[in-house]
Amino acid sequence: MNESVLLEEFKIKDLLDKYPYSKEFFNINGLPIDDVDNTVKDYIDSLGYVFLEDMGLNQEDLIKRFRSFMCRMKAIREEPAFNIRDITILGGRDKTERPEEKDLKICIGEIICIVGPTGSGKSRLLADIEWMAQRDTPTRRQILINGSVPPNDWRFSVEHKLVAQLSQNMNFVMDVSVGEFIILHAQSRLIDNSERKAQEIVSHANELSGERFDINTPLTSLSGGQSRALMVADTAFLSTSPIVLIDEIENAGINRKKALELLIGQNKIVLIATHDPLLALMGNKRIVVKNGGIQKVITTTSNEKKGLLRLTEIDNILMKYRESLRNGQLLEIGDELLW
Amino acid sequence: MKLITISGPPSSGKTSVIIKSIEELKDKHLKIGVLKFDCLVTDDDKLYAAQNIDSKVGLSGSMCPDHFFVSNIDDCLNWAIGQSYDILISESAGLCNRCSPHIKGCTAVCVIDNLMGINTPKKIGPMLKMADIVVITKGDIVSQAEREIFALKIRQANPDGIILHVNGLTGQGAGELGTLIETATEIETLVGKELRISMPSALCSYCLGEKLIGLNKQMGNVRKMKLD
Repeated sequence: MNESVLLEEFKIKDLLDKYPYSKEFFNINGLPIDDVDNTVKDYIDSLGYVFLEDMGLNQEDLIKRFRSFMCRMKAIREEPAFNIRDITILGGRDKTERPEEKDLKICIGEIICIVGPTGSGKSRLLADIEWMAQRDTPTRRQILINGSVPPNDWRFSVEHKLVAQLSQNMNFVMDVSVGEFIILHAQSRLIDNSERKAQEIVSHANELSGERFDINTPLTSLSGGQSRALMVADTAFLSTSPIVLIDEIENAGINRKKALELLIGQNKIVLIATHDPLLALMGNKRIVVKNGGIQKVITTTSNEKKGLLRLTEIDNILMKYRESLRNGQLLEIGDELLW
Repeated sequence: MKLITISGPPSSGKTSVIIKSIEELKDKHLKIGVLKFDCLVTDDDKLYAAQNIDSKVGLSGSMCPDHFFVSNIDDCLNWAIGQSYDILISESAGLCNRCSPHIKGCTAVCVIDNLMGINTPKKIGPMLKMADIVVITKGDIVSQAEREIFALKIRQANPDGIILHVNGLTGQGAGELGTLIETATEIETLVGKELRISMPSALCSYCLGEKLIGLNKQMGNVRKMKLD
């Protein structure tokens, strides 16, 4: 039996008790709750004509709306994570109609870089993944999830958003504290223990950024580095999307290696659009995009991995200098950079 | 002929979203026209012209924009049919948050941006709540978390609609909106069709040009606040 049909027979108090998120139905529709002993149906029936007319509603529509609301929220609550194992990109054609090199399967925990000049088709590739293209975009690529064609309604579902994005241009705009913000995000996922989650995320964010902040720090007063660190930690723990796309975080002032480890530790696929060698070599593979198509896929070689060690040393030295600058010290640049 | 009504608060990105979606439909060789409904002035017709998109402007002036819309939209549709357009897109700003030019049986789109704050979905009435498609813009400048919170608030306000993220600058997501526009329901006439919601009403002395304030000037349909 469809439970949502019966929900309107619940007393409001029992409904709020059993499904705390139902409170938001009354809130977002501007319905003041006066008597919690009323059933939802009786409550809606008791609303006056003028009141409903002001909102452009009628009783019948409101009941329908209530059922849809409860149905949607239940779905979100019961599927807290959008779990996938892998995605496969089946090649399409580039701008000159040349078929793409080959198909590419990406598994969770992998870091894949996307390289190519501006206008080469990086954004289109990401858009194809995000839209779960089924040979219906200009590139005619097809995206498979766990080896099969994803249901069409995932494209429009808030719960099945495949890609979360992090970029240098993004800012926090909400006027709340860090703690309140994370709690809001957790609640929007209908997750319990939101306060513990907030503590956990802030402590991870602090490991990524040089400057500490706490749950009482106003969100909009975070520095660029702190914001980026919080965005990474929050995305790792609270975003539903299994794929994280990182765009140009080269100068973000955070520990990029730890940031990537945090994300893949939370079973994400990480795609990075970057030309920063340090970030690029952290990836298992690099997708080379040219002329609107995937030209080739390079697997990071063992030589490159060795080079990464050297690059990391240099990066650590730069980090050390950055810390010295922050602490008001003189920079003593020694021989460590020469080789 | 397909008629798409697109509405949204001022500066939410309606024009950019429309331009990018039409660009995505270029290869389909459809004849697409845009109707821009505004109040006092608009330069959007120039923006459309710069992209070689046909547009017509309707300015409501001192009239309620919604009433102006509904008394003109069937003429516009007939005109567009006469000019053998395939798709007619009407663009209008929802100024009082209750405004909703949406028509039963015609695809209705609401454009809203991520910067408006999480309480906005609650404040915007039928324009958002009764839309078939909700387009969220300006996602490139706020954090992932804020996008997710905002999208959920919209989902709560409009449980059945399609929610799409479109970037008005880069066009990301516009192809998808284009596909939805292209597959919208065909209509032949608007005569006999119904608005999804009754329009804001007034019919009081101020509708007729009264400017003086005071109880003895308030005539017709007047509603009073409860202050005690």
